Amino acid sequence: MSVRVGVVVFPGTNCELDVVEAVERLGATGELLWHADPDLHGSDALVVPGGFAHGDYLRTGAIARFSPIMDSVRAFAEQGGPVVGICNGFQVLTEAGLLPGALQKNNGLKFVCDTVTLRIETSASPLTLLTSPGDEIRIPINHFEGNYVCDAATLERLRAEDRVVFRYVENPNGSLDDIAGICSERRNVVGLMPHPERASDALLGSADGVALLRSLLTTAVADLAAAG
Amino acid sequence: MERCGAGGAGSIELAMATFEARIEITHRPGILDPQGANVERALPALGYDNVSEVRVGKSIRLVLDAPDAAAAEVQVEEMCRRLLANPVIEHYAIELTSTVEASR
Repeated sequence: MSVRVGVVVFPGTNCELDVVEAVERLGATGELLWHADPDLHGSDALVVPGGFAHGDYLRTGAIARFSPIMDSVRAFAEQGGPVVGICNGFQVLTEAGLLPGALQKNNGLKFVCDTVTLRIETSASPLTLLTSPGDEIRIPINHFEGNYVCDAATLERLRAEDRVVFRYVENPNGSLDDIAGICSERRNVVGLMPHPERASDALLGSADGVALLRSLLTTAVADLAAAG
Repeated sequence: MERCGAGGAGSIELAMATFEARIEITHRPGILDPQGANVERALPALGYDNVSEVRVGKSIRLVLDAPDAAAAEVQVEEMCRRLLANPVIEHYAIELTSTVEASR
């Protein structure tokens, strides 16, 4: 039985097919989940992909947070299911309160589109299970609002609880403490600005995203086995 | 879905008044404001080198019906907290003015 990865689609989302393609090449089934339908169709893992959900009006992710599917995403996360927010998906998850902090405009007001080096800081997350802390990987970024911010107490907690999952080796956007990705207190929700699905084949310039996506599928399989 | 139930203005028997709210949203103190910082660097290039603490924010104007100013204020505050501003990084200030008094 293949793992079912539900990929949430809001009006304005534009990376959903890349995620489906990348996970299907690893043997999973990708299922597009329209935001207005709260049914997760038996997903074993969820991805909130990149794009411009609801046009990013007001603030990135601000309106998406109220889409009907988000109550189901929240319930899935509360049950411990793996949830990954990529780029705009990370912004949606912070607005929804599933991850702490916020993403604001890049320092220097510069849109960045580049392939950057990330350092993996912990393997205790659904996206990094099969990697080792200290590993450096090349993953594309493509964002205007990727500048992670949170208050001092939150940053302290993220560090103390080993919840910074990825850091930029060279900070491209002013992000606090070079943070590129974090996980929730329970560790099952991960948000990151870089796009692992765009680094899923050497032909794309890097296949370093494969280890991350494979980690997600392995986590989902382990969760299924644990659930009996 | 979360629903907004604020204001308690459900009854059509209530005398309602109309209010205009102007909401100013800015970055919270201590949170770097990239737009403000950029503008602050640009102004000296035009010779205005005595300017500091530039903050760029958002202004939202809306009109609402409520029984009284206190109820309107409570509702606007709730709307700011839940949607219009992100309290993690943003601060909001509400200015409420009464416009047309109307009995319905």
